[in-house]
Amino acid sequence: MPRIKVARKSTAIDMTAMCDVAFLLLTFFILTATARQPEALAVDTPASTTLIKLPETDIATLTVGRGKVFFGVKGQNVRALTLEKVGSAYGITFTPEEIRRFSVMESFGVPIGNLKQIIAMEGEQRNKEGLQTGIPADSVNGRASELNEWILQSRYATQELNNKAMRVSIKGDAQEEYPVIKKVIDILQVQGINKFSLITSMRATEK
Amino acid sequence: MAELDTSGGGKHKGGKVRSKKQSTRVDLTAMVDLAFLLITFFMLTTTLSKPQAMDLAMPDKNEEQPETRLNVADTRSMTILLGSKNKIEWYMGTIEKPLAPPEITSFGRDGIRKVILENKKKAIVATGDPKKGLIILIKPSEKSNYRNLVDILDEMKVTDVSQYGIGDIFEPEVELLKRDNIY
Repeated sequence: MPRIKVARKSTAIDMTAMCDVAFLLLTFFILTATARQPEALAVDTPASTTLIKLPETDIATLTVGRGKVFFGVKGQNVRALTLEKVGSAYGITFTPEEIRRFSVMESFGVPIGNLKQIIAMEGEQRNKEGLQTGIPADSVNGRASELNEWILQSRYATQELNNKAMRVSIKGDAQEEYPVIKKVIDILQVQGINKFSLITSMRATEK
Repeated sequence: MAELDTSGGGKHKGGKVRSKKQSTRVDLTAMVDLAFLLITFFMLTTTLSKPQAMDLAMPDKNEEQPETRLNVADTRSMTILLGSKNKIEWYMGTIEKPLAPPEITSFGRDGIRKVILENKKKAIVATGDPKKGLIILIKPSEKSNYRNLVDILDEMKVTDVSQYGIGDIFEPEVELLKRDNIY
């Protein structure tokens, strides 16, 4: 008896469409990932189990590493106003061009005397090793430290522009000696800031 | 399974010389897998790269008067001293008369975490009130580093100790650390 042959149909699916969708999604995610600014001071933050993310606005970050303190505040208009205020506190005027260049700097660490130089430099040159020596955190001749001044004026600026209290966060290097951190915390407490956040990297909780 | 068929162009030479027709099917499954892997990678890293924040509240400096500070029972208060080389020394009660000799331990689940959990249980038993638990005073010495501080604060969170504070270290405590070679 002749065997009945069942007509075999091809089961190959054309995946070109799926591939197109996949690459579209990929392009979307790559483009929405914001490019990171090169850090002036690279710190290795310690790990912790906290899962709370840092807020993106109205926050100042004090980066503490190798005995130096760098300062950065979020918001270009806040930075511009802070620079003007700090300038007038120390009797230095900044041109609108310098203010504009300053407002795109994420974070910096130089005494006020060298600030104009740093503003005039290009991005990559600013971050060269050893160029930025940190904002002085010690009080000089009975006058509060420059760090104190920066934090105070940025708080005024945030309050004026965004009508919100500025939060402070500390991003410290894991190896940093405690006295440096204590000095920064003391400066904050003098201004009455008793609540701040410590920036850490992720760690899974060991049960 | 997935294919790209590019064999359609082989019909030009009719005539004498015919090149060998070969199948030109390309399998695209691997490409799709790779694309999805990359998508997952970028999706996760953009959220992971946002830094995590751990909140810290300090007591107000101006308000701290010794008289207005509440007296806490010795059985409830534990002091943790952070020494050098990632070592911790702790005791219950006051430095002049600790409830037991100060002990040295290390960070981590088997070190300080175990100690805190034990002391927590003992404090609740001693006060008889589950709401009045352990109060911890963290005193970092000058030889400890920032990582030690963050680790201890992390332990507070993991062991669920709600009342803790960071304080200044006193001379007798520094002497204690020096005596035990962790200063």
